[in-house]
Amino acid sequence: MAEINSIIKQYKGLPGGLIECYHAIQQEFNFIPEEAITEAAKAFAIPAAEAYGVATFYYYFKIGGRGRYVIRLCESSPCHIAGAAEVVAALAKELGIKMGETTPDGRFTLEYTECVGQCQATPVITVNSRPFGDITADQIPGILSQFR
Amino acid sequence: MAKELRIVLRNYQVIDPLKIEDYLNTGGYKSLEKARKMGQSQVIDELKKSNLRGRGGAGFNAGQKWSFVRQAFADRKYVVCNADEGEPGTYKDRIIIENDPQSLLEGMAICAYAVGAAKGYIYCRGEYPYVVDILKQAVAQAKVKGLLGDFDIEIRMGAGAYVCGEETALIESIEGRRGEPRYKPPYPGVAGLWGQPTVVNNVETFANVPAIIEKGSDWFKSIGAASYPGTKVFTLTGDVVNKTFVEVPTNTTIRELIFGLGGGIPQGRRFKAVQIGGNSGGFIPESLLDTPADFDSMQKIGATLGSGAVFVMDETRDIVDVVERTAKFFEHESCGKCAPCREGTMRVHEIVEKINHGKGTSRDMALLERLGRVMSAACLCGLGQAAPTPVLTTMQHFMADYQAKVTG
Repeated sequence: MAEINSIIKQYKGLPGGLIECYHAIQQEFNFIPEEAITEAAKAFAIPAAEAYGVATFYYYFKIGGRGRYVIRLCESSPCHIAGAAEVVAALAKELGIKMGETTPDGRFTLEYTECVGQCQATPVITVNSRPFGDITADQIPGILSQFR
Repeated sequence: MAKELRIVLRNYQVIDPLKIEDYLNTGGYKSLEKARKMGQSQVIDELKKSNLRGRGGAGFNAGQKWSFVRQAFADRKYVVCNADEGEPGTYKDRIIIENDPQSLLEGMAICAYAVGAAKGYIYCRGEYPYVVDILKQAVAQAKVKGLLGDFDIEIRMGAGAYVCGEETALIESIEGRRGEPRYKPPYPGVAGLWGQPTVVNNVETFANVPAIIEKGSDWFKSIGAASYPGTKVFTLTGDVVNKTFVEVPTNTTIRELIFGLGGGIPQGRRFKAVQIGGNSGGFIPESLLDTPADFDSMQKIGATLGSGAVFVMDETRDIVDVVERTAKFFEHESCGKCAPCREGTMRVHEIVEKINHGKGTSRDMALLERLGRVMSAACLCGLGQAAPTPVLTTMQHFMADYQAKVTG
């Protein structure tokens, strides 16, 4: 809690800084803890509903919990025709979870995303925003082993 | 045979993007110096005459946009760079910033001088944290050298919302709110960021400015298509041999892009369709490939130049399946502010899904077409207005693909 408040304090005076503040909180936790929303609402002098509204509008923000490594899979058209579905299946099989879920050990979360702007190398996945391109299903165990 | 011509990417692999000295050694920031000597109105006149039009998709004359802000009566004015490129298949702004961030900053500084702004923002998408780092370093270097004068540039990061590429939604997001588009008018040039007159331009637009000031409007006007001069950065994706980016004069044809620089279709397959400008772009059949890729020529064939994404599909691709994916995208990305988009994108996805899975009827086809037309006219912002484009253009050019799936 002290940590959350010290982050919020850094952004309090920044005009329109709520989103930057959420980024900084997520940088620390990989998600936005529930209490950070109400604390941010107080700091930015807005209703809690509005602070929730902002946090839930943007797909990169997640209130509650998320694994240490967030694996995002692009499902936009260029990745779609390059075989994104097989990569999804390989990730789900390897981790034993479905898209949107987190592994029981809290290590990995699987999420869909739209285009991550690395379309020279489709299909693309990102691990905590670091892109991996030209992915095939059989490369998945090797990539995951770097983060286990 | 089409050839590359690099203006915004002139420093690609020529300089170390993170060394401002490299940029200065190639004549960097000389254009800003020159602009300050020319005077504000002459800078804007020169830009207007060059007919540089917005590279983000709307194609508005940049000098004219700047002149609105210059003429506006206000204590504070802002310069905002839209680096929220979210159109699937597009990564040109990333390439520009990764390879030459100072060109963008110099372009923004010239704009700030011309319109009388002291503060600028670069709104970079959340998918590019590594690009945000580059921008922050570049701004710090320019500040240390005192090149920006009293112009301050702040970097803000988006958080995964396609709609924030719409300029008023982007402004809402910089102000720390949900990225929902505003009603227009007033346009940002009159009341933009924090209600003040604001220039919002794309990365590629700003990156063109230093070269135009350096070489003059006549030089720029002589390149490419007459009504949309200069170059455009395209990103080639999908079923094309060279999945890469290219910068070419705007009169380059789509065929030259795909079969010249793109190297054609892999595995000896035949071309089927190309979607230009990202998910909101129209699908183009082989019969229209000799169209120049400039803004107006594309509009004439019912397509768009948009962000310059070139998504190629070969003969094995299922058009209706790709359209279903696109429809799902728009349902997901609709911000929900206006009903025609919120409900429309959901229903378009529902109907296309039904057709794609062999459960659609000719009645669904008629409904889809009508819904698409209503959305184009009734949605609040460009997202909803353009969302039906893939549906409508594929129904126009690839009807056989639909008919093969429709029952009764």
